[in-house]
Amino acid sequence: MTAIADQSAEYEFRPPAAATRPAPGPAADEGLARRLKALACTAPLHDLDNRKVNLAGEYSSYTMAEVGLAVIDLVTLNMDFDTGADRDAVLARLLPRAAAQNPGRAAAEHERVARWVLESLINVGSVDRGFRAVYGTFGADGEYVRRDYDFKLIEEVPGLDGGVYLRTTDEAVNVLVGALDTDVTSAQIAAEVKLEVLIRRGRLADAQLAAEQARYRTVQYAETLRRALEATRRNVRAVDWMQAIPDLIDEALDHIADRYRHENAILTNIRKARDETEEPEHKRRAAELVDIVKDCIRRHTQLQTRLLEAGPLFRAEQDRQAFATPGSCSGIDLYGQLLAPLLGLPITEAIRPTDAFFARGAGLRTPVSVRVADLVDLLLTPPVEREHLGAELPDPDLVATPDDSRFSEAQLEAALELLDLPADAPRRLSGLLAEARHQDPELPYLVALLAVHAASPPVGTAYRQGEERLLFAVDDGTRLDDPEFGGADLIVGSALLDAIGMAADRKDAK
Amino acid sequence: MITHPDASWAPEPEPAPAPITPADVADAARLVSFGLQAKLLPARDAEYAELIRRHREDPAFARLADAVATGMGLVVLEVSPRAGMAVAAAEDSVFAVRMGDYSRRASSESTDRFLHGLAHLAVAAMAFPRPEDLADDGYLGRVSVNGVDAFVRQACRRLEQQAEAEGANTDPASDAPGLESAWRVWARRSATGATKDARRLAGSTIGIVSKAVLFLVDSGFLQKVSDDSGGTYRTTARYQLQVRDLAGSAAMAELLDLGVVAVGDGAATLLPADHSEDLVADAGLPFHAL
Repeated sequence: MTAIADQSAEYEFRPPAAATRPAPGPAADEGLARRLKALACTAPLHDLDNRKVNLAGEYSSYTMAEVGLAVIDLVTLNMDFDTGADRDAVLARLLPRAAAQNPGRAAAEHERVARWVLESLINVGSVDRGFRAVYGTFGADGEYVRRDYDFKLIEEVPGLDGGVYLRTTDEAVNVLVGALDTDVTSAQIAAEVKLEVLIRRGRLADAQLAAEQARYRTVQYAETLRRALEATRRNVRAVDWMQAIPDLIDEALDHIADRYRHENAILTNIRKARDETEEPEHKRRAAELVDIVKDCIRRHTQLQTRLLEAGPLFRAEQDRQAFATPGSCSGIDLYGQLLAPLLGLPITEAIRPTDAFFARGAGLRTPVSVRVADLVDLLLTPPVEREHLGAELPDPDLVATPDDSRFSEAQLEAALELLDLPADAPRRLSGLLAEARHQDPELPYLVALLAVHAASPPVGTAYRQGEERLLFAVDDGTRLDDPEFGGADLIVGSALLDAIGMAADRKDAK
Repeated sequence: MITHPDASWAPEPEPAPAPITPADVADAARLVSFGLQAKLLPARDAEYAELIRRHREDPAFARLADAVATGMGLVVLEVSPRAGMAVAAAEDSVFAVRMGDYSRRASSESTDRFLHGLAHLAVAAMAFPRPEDLADDGYLGRVSVNGVDAFVRQACRRLEQQAEAEGANTDPASDAPGLESAWRVWARRSATGATKDARRLAGSTIGIVSKAVLFLVDSGFLQKVSDDSGGTYRTTARYQLQVRDLAGSAAMAELLDLGVVAVGDGAATLLPADHSEDLVADAGLPFHAL
């Protein structure tokens, strides 16, 4: 407070000379502008909490900024290589958070909050679906200029299937993680070194934060590459395939190999931490960390697949684009002579060529002339109902298939009950058959079939499916003495399988 | 046809041309009316094909048909079996399309007017990427709605990076929005957007391109090939004629009038990046040409 008072006093003493330039220099001014822009990016989040009173209903108990940051988080992590995040998936994952803030409220209200926050961050309703902030800078001649800064936090992009997907912009990622305008690679290395140190010291909470940051960087890395490959697909000549791209691919493959090794090492470490620690909180955090690192590895693998596809893609596109025979005479270069120079002009000037192009290039329309007789007909015709549902589906003709199975459900149940032997008391097949015959003359056939089937039990499958017991049959050389069946008098019994131990083994094997 | 009145080798006196009958005028007007139905091709209509043949073989009839077209405010671009009678609306003709009729929003908002015009230009630039494509009569261009948007966005990104490299501040002054660079207007408009009724968001750039493409289909300039990438289309001979002979040069004239001269040598202008400059530290990957 005093510092400000002192300063103003100083200003009073000083004569208002023209030499006192308000800004110390263009560099400082630029830094100020950059910080103002960064500040502006957080404004939509603050704005959420300010605007929630305008919603019809009682919403003050929701922390909208928190939901907003969660949206940005979810979209960033769900962004795929090809498309963005699915809107419904993001909303569905957002619901638990909204619900946790106000567990007493109806699910519909939680959904409304989630939807409102997402739409506010897209800024649905504005023409550009973006935000604008105004900041001031000093021009070269010391003149103060107010400028518009346009930015988006979440943008909607077209997907391959024609749907609309969500992507977070660089600005949003900056808001989320902060100070991300650094070299992606070096930032990644730093984060990983940090992670290792943190894990070794057992500070898992910090380690999780570092791992999450590393994942955001991985996403950003993939995003940059995606744009590059997309540009290649559109125009081979727009991207340098002599030097830059082969270098890039080598570099990126090295990077992936390196990261993969690194992350697997981390994974082993955390697994150890997870299994050895006694504290449940540590265990939970370590488990979360395992998931994050696994996701990182998944993303790297995805990146690698794209890198391997890049070469064939280039050759195919070159065949398609470069080997077309050149024409004998040339016309206007629409891109180089019209579109590109035009885009650099101020809009008031650029509009003249585009208007001229539209006027001559859109084609002609024959004017509609109306006759009164037609008009009356037209007005009296009832509107055609739009068919939302499409053509009616014919009801399928269903014929009941005759039940031709040899044994009934009840028989199968009886047979299985008979074969449900205690683990420590196996029985001879002959005894089982005699007991079955006593119940039902058809039953011995089913019992015999089941016993023969158990002669070579699928142990591996049962093991994988986590079953706890398994029927088995063994031939010890005794002959079966039975009026209906011949062969070996099998010993039939149940084997207990160690389901819990198997599950644990499976998890570790993954 | 130039005749030399003082030619000593004066040929046999030509037979007097047959007088024009009302039936000829009716045929000529019929041909023009076929030409106005832009989607109709001579190959699909025997009468149209016959009139086209007559136009090519009978100079008197050709002059008559051209005169009818001119009188109605039409410019004849070409009369051929492949394109039919390709006519375009002259300025102030009743057939001309006005921006206000095309999009109501564009008549009041100059940025929207610009975006609609740019969409049309971008469709043409994407359909005929090289100068020779525009000149080659046999060339069929292919465009997709999403592709056009991505193409313009890439050009915008390139300009943005160029401005950044020069250290220029491209944020427009708040009190002079007209001085905003054209590329920024496209770049800051959202590409697409979800709507309540699952249609395209009309104000998004993809919505604007899609409107342009559908309009060109109605003009007989594009034909739909598939639904891929927001709709894929191929060009017709008429579109090439219209862009090459009329629209391209009109826009060029305006650009020259503004003092912007881009000299081309006929070679393609979409070239690889210049890798002589050093990498920017935070660029992440070595790309300049995006």
